[in-house]
Formats: sequence, C-alpha cells, structure tokens
Amino acid sequence: MSGVAKAVPDAATPVTPVLVAQHGLSEAEYDRVVTILGREPNLLELGIFSVMWSEHCSYKSSKVWLKTLPTEGPQVIQGPGENAGVIDIGEGLAAIFKMESHNHPSYIEPYQGAATGVGGILRDVFTMGARPVANLNALRFGAPDHPKTRHLVAGVVAGIGGYGNCVGIPTVGGEVEFHPAYNGNILVNAMTVGLAPADRIFTSAAAGPGNPVVYVGSKTGRDGIHGATMASAEFGEDSEAKRPTVQVGDPFTEKLLIEACLELMATDAIVAIQDMGAAGLTSSSFEMASKGGVGVELELERVPCREDAMTPYEMMLSESQERMLMVLRPGSAEQARAVFEKWDLDFAVIGRLTETGRMVLKLDGAVVGDLPIDPLAEASPEYERPWEPTPERPPLDPASVPAPDDPCQALLTLLAAPDLSAKRWVWEQYDHMVMADTIGRPGGDAAIVRVHGTERALALTVDCTPRYCLADPKQGGAQAVAEAWRNITAVGARPLAITDCMNFGNPERPRIMGQFAGCIEGMRAACTALDFPVVSGNVSLYNETNGQAIPPTPTIGGVGLLEDAKARVDLAFKAPEEAVVLIGETKGHLGASAYLATIEGREEGPPPPVDLKAERRNGDFVRGLIRDGAVTACHDLSDGGLFVALAEMAMAGSLGARIAPPEAAANTPLHAWLFGEDQARYIVTAAEAAPVLEAARSAGVPAAAIGTTGGNALTLAGRGTISVVELTRVHEGWLPAYMKAGG
Amino acid sequence: MKAAVIVFPGSNCDRDVQVALRQSMGGDPIMVWHKEGGFQDVDLIVLPGGFSYGDYLRCGAMAAHSPALKEVVRRAAKGVPVLGICNGFQMLTETGLLPGALLRNGNLKFVCKDVHVKVETSQSLFTARYETGQALRIPVAHHDGNYYADAGTLERLEERGQIAFRYCAPDGTVTAEANPNGSLDNIAGVTNEAKTVLGLMPHPERLADPDLGGTDGRAMFDGLVEALS
Repeated sequence: MSGVAKAVPDAATPVTPVLVAQHGLSEAEYDRVVTILGREPNLLELGIFSVMWSEHCSYKSSKVWLKTLPTEGPQVIQGPGENAGVIDIGEGLAAIFKMESHNHPSYIEPYQGAATGVGGILRDVFTMGARPVANLNALRFGAPDHPKTRHLVAGVVAGIGGYGNCVGIPTVGGEVEFHPAYNGNILVNAMTVGLAPADRIFTSAAAGPGNPVVYVGSKTGRDGIHGATMASAEFGEDSEAKRPTVQVGDPFTEKLLIEACLELMATDAIVAIQDMGAAGLTSSSFEMASKGGVGVELELERVPCREDAMTPYEMMLSESQERMLMVLRPGSAEQARAVFEKWDLDFAVIGRLTETGRMVLKLDGAVVGDLPIDPLAEASPEYERPWEPTPERPPLDPASVPAPDDPCQALLTLLAAPDLSAKRWVWEQYDHMVMADTIGRPGGDAAIVRVHGTERALALTVDCTPRYCLADPKQGGAQAVAEAWRNITAVGARPLAITDCMNFGNPERPRIMGQFAGCIEGMRAACTALDFPVVSGNVSLYNETNGQAIPPTPTIGGVGLLEDAKARVDLAFKAPEEAVVLIGETKGHLGASAYLATIEGREEGPPPPVDLKAERRNGDFVRGLIRDGAVTACHDLSDGGLFVALAEMAMAGSLGARIAPPEAAANTPLHAWLFGEDQARYIVTAAEAAPVLEAARSAGVPAAAIGTTGGNALTLAGRGTISVVELTRVHEGWLPAYMKAGG
Repeated sequence: MKAAVIVFPGSNCDRDVQVALRQSMGGDPIMVWHKEGGFQDVDLIVLPGGFSYGDYLRCGAMAAHSPALKEVVRRAAKGVPVLGICNGFQMLTETGLLPGALLRNGNLKFVCKDVHVKVETSQSLFTARYETGQALRIPVAHHDGNYYADAGTLERLEERGQIAFRYCAPDGTVTAEANPNGSLDNIAGVTNEAKTVLGLMPHPERLADPDLGGTDGRAMFDGLVEALS
C-alpha cells in the first residue's frame, strides 16, 4: 500500500451528523462543542472532543459518586486526580500506586490487551517519579466451559507475563475467577505499586509559558486510534472487528523509558510529566495544560511517527504505547536529550507552553486545530444518571441448605472448583521474584515486598467478591474494602490506603447505576470505618454484550505497611501440637456463599453482613498478636469459609490438623459452621490457646480454640479425614488439567 | 576482589546480582554499560539476567554483538572468570564461550519457581563451596531455558566434567518431573573446558538472603570471593 491511508479520514473531511455519532457524541454534547468553539469543529477537533468527553476519560457518569469517597488521611500525600495515588510510608519514602482496567481490549485481543494494560499502569506510576516495585492483577473470565474462556485465560496470562517479566517488575499477587456473566466481557484489572522519595513526586501540571513540550519514547503509529471511545461502549456482534483499535505493547521500550525517566527525574530538568495513555497525545497535552492553567502549541510535523503521511487526526488520537510527554525547564532540553539518547529512545521538542489558554495544533506552520482548554475541560459532561436501588434478597436460613453427606467430600469439591482452585498455573508464568525483594510470594493473604534498603515492607492485595456485590451492592462494596483490609492485616501489616477499579455494565440503565451507587456507598462506609482512604482509581463502564451486563465488580487494591518486615506471618501451619484458634463470630452465613453456588448450584440469598466495628476490632486485635509475636500463622477467612481456610493452611505448611466445633457452635448446622462466610474472621495458630483466648477476652473479641495442628491429614472430629497430599492434589489439579484439555 | 556486572538495555537482574555480590564481597562491583568496550580490569565478570535488547531476536543474540561482550570474550580467553545467569547464560552460548543453545521451554511457557539442582562437580571456582551431589534450592525464571547440544558435544561435556548443575528432585535424584523446561539430560548449567566460565539458568542471587526464603545461592558468591581475593 502506498500514499496516505484513508481508513481514518483527514482533517479536511466535512463533519456530518453520521460522523458525530460515530465519535460517540450525543446531539446535546455536539451542540456544546459548537457553543464552546463558536463554530463547527473540524474533524481533528471533533476527534479531540470525542475522546476527552468519552466515558473513559471524563468519568461523566461516575464522577458525582466518586466524589463521595473518603480520600484523605495523615498518610495521604496525593489523592485521586493525578496519574496515581501517593502515600507516606515513613523514612522519607512514598508508595505510589493505582489500578486500571483493560477489559475491552483484552477480550478482543487477549495477549496485547493484557500486556498493554500492564504497560499503561506501570507508566501511570513511574510518571510520578516512582520506581515500580510490584504488579498485581485481578482477572475475571467467563464460564470454564464457554468456548472462548480457555483461549482468553491463556492469552491474558501470557500477555501479563510477557510484559511484566520483560520490564523486570515482579507480579506478586492477584485473583482469577470464572463466572458465566463474564462470558462476553472479561475483566483484566492491573495494579502497579512504586516507591519514590516523598519529596520528589512528579505531577502533570504544566507551568511556565515558553517552556518546551517534549515527546519521548516510542514513535507514534496508527494503533489504538479511538481505544478510549471503544472502552466507552457496549460490545455487540461486531466486537471482533474492533481488533485494530487494540494497541501493541513493547515492554523492552517501556523498560528503557522507566530507566531514562528515572535518570532524568534525579535532576531538576522536569517541570511536569504525563504518560500518553488513553487518548494519547490529546489527553496528555490537554491535561498538562489544563491542570497548569496554561496554553499549549504543538507542531505536529515534529512528532516522531512510525509511518509516513500520518494525519494530525491520527497523531493526536493514536494510542501507541510507551510514550511520555514532558515540560522541561528552560535550558534543560540538551541535558534531557542526552539521557534519552543514551537509552536509544526518541526525543523531540514538539511544542511549547503559551499564555493563550488554548490548544493550538499546527502542521507545517498551518493551524489545523484550535481549541480553548478550560471551557473544554469545564464543560466536560457530568451526568446524574437515574438509578434504582437493587432489590433486597430474602434471608436464607442456613438450616434450609441441605447438609452434605460427607463434609470432607464437600471440601474437596470446593477446593477443586474453578474459583477456589490453586492458581499456581497462572502465577508461575509471572516472574514474581525479580528485584529480589519479594518476601511474601503469591498464594498468601497479601504479597509482601521489601522497601529496598530499609527494614520496611509493603503488603499488597487485590480483592472483590462480585457475587456479594450482585446480591447486595452496598454490602458487597463494603466487603471488598474490608477483605483487602483483612488480607493486609493477616500478614501483620497496617492497612494504609486503597485504589479502586470499578467495573460495571451500562450506566445509562438505572439498574446498573443503582449497583454503582450501592457499591460506592458500601465502600465509603468501609473506607471511613477502617481509615482506609481511596487515593486513586479507574472506572470501566459498558461491560455488557448484547444487553448482558457483568456483575458489579469494584476491585479493591490495598496497600499496607510493615514497619519491621521481620514481624510478619504467613498462613502455613508451622509445627505440630499448636493450637488452632478461630477469631471472630461464626453464625454460619451461607447466603451468596461459595458453598451454596458450588455444592448446591444456587446463587441465592443475601451476602454476609459486614459489621465494620467488628472488622476493625478483630483486625486490630489480630495485628497486635502478630506484632507481639504471639501467633505462628494467620489466615483470613473468605470464600469457602473456615474449612477451606484450614485446608489452605494445611497445604501451605504440609502439615495436618484435627478440628472440632467448639461448644458455642452447637446450635449452628455443621456445614454452616464449616462453610459459612461470616466476615471479620481469621484463624491463627499459637503454641498455646490460652494466652490468645485470654487476650481476646480482654479485647472483647470473639475467639474459640477449634483444634490442634499435627499429622499429615486434616481431620474433622467424628466426620472424616483427608490427607494433606490429597487436598493438594485436588486443589492444584483443576487449572492445569483445564488448560491442558484445550491442547 | 573486583567484579564487574555488565548492564544491557533490558537487563533486569543487574541490581539483584549487585546486591548479592556486595553481600559476599563487602564492597560494590562496578556496573559496566553495554556500550563500554574498555572497562577496568576485574577478577570476575557477571552477565546478569533479563531481556537484553528485548530478546526480540534469539535470546542473548543481540547482546553477543555489543562492545562490552566482545571485550568479555577477549578477557575470558585470557582466563578471567565469567558467570552468566539466565539471560547471561544465553549470551554465553550465543558468543560461543559455552557450547550448546537454550531453546524455548518444552511447554512453551515462561516458568518462575524454585527448583532443585544437583551439583555435578564441586571442582570449579563457582561450585567450590558446594559438595558434589548436593541438591540446592534455587529459583528459575525464564521462557528459553531448554538446554540443547548435539550428541557429540554432550558426550564431550560429560567426559570433561563440564556439566555443573542438573535439575533434580529435592533429594538430589535427577528425574524427568524435576526438569522445568525440557533441558537435555536435565542440564541447568555448564562450564567451559577450563571451568572459568559458568552459565546457568537458575538465579543464585535470588536465594542468597534468608529473608527471601533461602540461602543456597549465596555459597556461589562466597566461593568466588574466596577463590579470587
């Protein structure tokens, strides 16, 4: 092919109503464009409005709700609004982190979609001056027997590994679940955590009219044009045809970009820096100018391009990866150029800041686009979309759920169920040890990564229980936050802050908007009660195919701090003849439980209520025990309840235990005691039960001795026994066998 | 002892091995940029793990043509010890300093986990602190660690005691199940004939600190420091 590609029309194309609709703007939004400009936009300008006002970039449906989340605390250095959140972790250091979705692209092209999701979130973090030190991800796929699922699992996992392994950032944790409601819309949520000196945080607010605007990184190609717009619409039958809008990742260039940016950031050359993510050059230049209250003028012929004859429209809307935009101090350009040339990266001064308050785009001296910055940003649509509350489900009496003939057999069934089965097949494809600071590897409650060069460590987790959120968005939202808090607590760390990744269906439907509102309400309550503010986040709406929405999935990424990395525990049983103590109250709540779904095939009942006072009290108590060295192991109770948690501790330690319900549980059906998913609970082990029980009594925390470690089997007194080898065989077996069956 | 770690664009275990060397040496190794052909004289050269030049060609193939590695080849010929870990091993086979090649893993997947390797000989600078037959627990993390050599080469390696490590079960038995990547004869690491150059896929620098869950890798660095100081 030669000459100018006509797939994307150039700036001389007349703007017609059809073209406006193709750009995803409503008539009312288009009218606002005309008012702001005082004239009809040309195609380039239309494209810019389209991406800036897309749901993905503008948060137009979610903003009114997101504003209600708590975002402050003494630990918060930078809350939402920048590329990532920043928290103080002591010793003059900050942790910088965020989670982001790459759902739509990963469904269409799983390897590249997932890979570029990792690349994008890494850039959000190192843009702020942090060296990325850990990646996590939360993945949700369709039913295992859906024809696309295996292919999507293989592609997404390979893509995450392919990118993260090459850049050399360990992928230390995550979750992988399956449900038919994700058949047409998988979720790929990626989180990055980085470290930086607390007084060297870089932001995107441009300053200093006349200062050069510099483009660094990869060249701009025709990939990913209108990705942000794609991420703001439902899928139909034609989603395959959207494959060309998925970007292609180059982790090697990303690695160079990390090193070059951090090298330059050690000097005083940079005024402001912003990665080119969704909507590429458009949103990065726009945001920098808008936040800094300045104008910007770009000379587009200077943009490094991968292909000949790219139009301004293509350059401005391309989502080519591994690119950054910087504003430099006067006289710093040559110093910066030397750094980027050392790393063999493109470096080009493509424009300058102005005092006009406008974005002026020129090509070979001719103005091809001219937009006012503040009015465009301020007039960005914000909708209070109508919503309806999710109907409450009737309570589910545990006694009405049939008891299994053999609770041990039920345990094996749960351990081999797709959601609860071991995910080793996944995380062994991720380099989770590179950087040599991973002291809590995948498979535990929270991953633990040392703060290099200090005695400190970060505890990291991602959590959400969508079946709870579907049953009761408010309880589900609160539970997601509480579980992240609990997972961090269970390793002995102090929970500090969260990032959220809000995955929902079409917000134009009141039922979906009601789910969103409910989840936010629950999250707000939990974040407040647990002093666990939101410092960054991302919203992914329109996760629907042919009108079938995903369950509400507000994924929570939590970060906690161990001031002394040695004062941590993991979940493995450590030694025989230790007491097994259950902390927290067990009522045997089976509504919306894994047991009910897996064993009975029923997705019914309300989720377990989240008592935030109990969460706080029990968690603070457990953290104290760990800090004081009073326990040898600790595990959070979640999906599958007590019996699954005990099995996980036995498998991790290759050591059995003998368990019996305490007298207090006499009125609870045995299967509800074993598999109920009551919240705010932990299991700990200790040399003796008495001191733990005594401390619990003093703290007003429910606690009960339920057994003793030892032997090579998990035994339920009077009801059966399973060897740890058999537990492990079943637990580890499902996923490899499933993936192998696909050839 | 003086040591140099060669840093390529895309190296990502350079800091890890720097930390491990510092722990054993009590001082810092020098970090040499791949464009430098004339770095100072050292007693040990380390080629670290990672994805040099993105490994978009064969792994290690581009690095083999860098100015720094050409210098490494010259010095190796003079007997300067060279340790290549993971991507570094791949570079050593690409330069011909070590025989054989590292193909894509048998199951075509990246693999990151602790494995056990049997020390085939303690008769080298790199393994002097280990016992022959000892099983070490050391992590691997690679996509292309499937060692291959033709039958004649393999026979010579065997005869001359150039096979340094084999993947094994925790008790030291060399079994098919213990082989994480399909390597011929479970080979995890080989030396040159003079035993001054070692390449291995496992990462000793990742288990050289009790906080990381093990220290079996540390003796390699301690042994080198002892032998070369």
